[in-house]
Amino acid sequence: MHIMEGFLPVTHAIGWSVASAPFVAYGLYTINKRIREKPEQRILLGVAAAFTFVLSALKLPSVSGSSSHPTGTGLGAMLFGPSAMAPIGLVVLLFQALLLAHGGLTTLGANIFSMAIVGPFAATTIFRLAKAAKLPFGFSIFLAASLADILTYITTSAQLAFAFPDRLGGFAASFAKFAAIFAITQIPLAIIEGLMTVVVMNALARLNAPQLQDLNVTPTLEAKA
Amino acid sequence: MKRYQNLLMISVVIALLALPLWMLKKTAPGTDGKEIQVFSGADDKAKALVGVISPDYKPWFKPLMEPPSGEISSLLFALQASIGAGFIGYWYGCSSTRAKLKQSLQKETRC
Repeated sequence: MHIMEGFLPVTHAIGWSVASAPFVAYGLYTINKRIREKPEQRILLGVAAAFTFVLSALKLPSVSGSSSHPTGTGLGAMLFGPSAMAPIGLVVLLFQALLLAHGGLTTLGANIFSMAIVGPFAATTIFRLAKAAKLPFGFSIFLAASLADILTYITTSAQLAFAFPDRLGGFAASFAKFAAIFAITQIPLAIIEGLMTVVVMNALARLNAPQLQDLNVTPTLEAKA
Repeated sequence: MKRYQNLLMISVVIALLALPLWMLKKTAPGTDGKEIQVFSGADDKAKALVGVISPDYKPWFKPLMEPPSGEISSLLFALQASIGAGFIGYWYGCSSTRAKLKQSLQKETRC
């Protein structure tokens, strides 16, 4: 989902940066507030950030014959809400843009928007809907994390199509072309991301049960209270 | 039960990663002598597609620093992953030890 350095026209680069900036600022504010009020959640925030670090560094082979990477943002979004993931995404993307020439400074805003804003918001929304529909806990996590992954890549396709509309078919034709590259590669990887998120969430639910109930991720067990 | 579920999920992950590697074989070089790339990055493919859709588009900014070789770039990716994995391992070690200690403490007080 990384749009490479310089591969967005100036106006788009500025536009996406302006769009992403308030999310990052608000995210920093919520993270600071949370750590001040509940310092015991710091370690979980670290786990969420670390999970994004690991998954976004792994470029995995896909059945489509190309390789791409998961995002890992779903876990943190379900734990801390979507806004907390924007600054974490910024750190990961900045590391890759500066040291690896993967993504870029001019496309940082657009990449934050897809990976660290759209993905996390999708994860939180889907997770809440699945909980409301009384789907099993593990399955809700799986759905939220994997669909957030796919939606991140769909956002990237839309951003690129918006910047580079097809000469004949316009936005739609161009979107179909970019989505064909990203979406097909991403489907098996999204399943992998969903499963990995469930594995980590299971461990969190077992080892950090009180914090997860505090965060409203797992239901408070009345029998225990 | 949970343990069994986790093991099952991890094996599905491994299968999903191993299958494409096993199914797709590198094809012989084409007529132009160029080797056909398999498992190239989707991000780079999208970059190439920009060139097809808008051939006149010139990237207006260059990366400030590029890894001097593929090895260095995989070094940095590995560094990123190991920082993350290291932290997750630290958390898991701490938390599972704490859970164990709590359990043994409860047993002692019961006696």
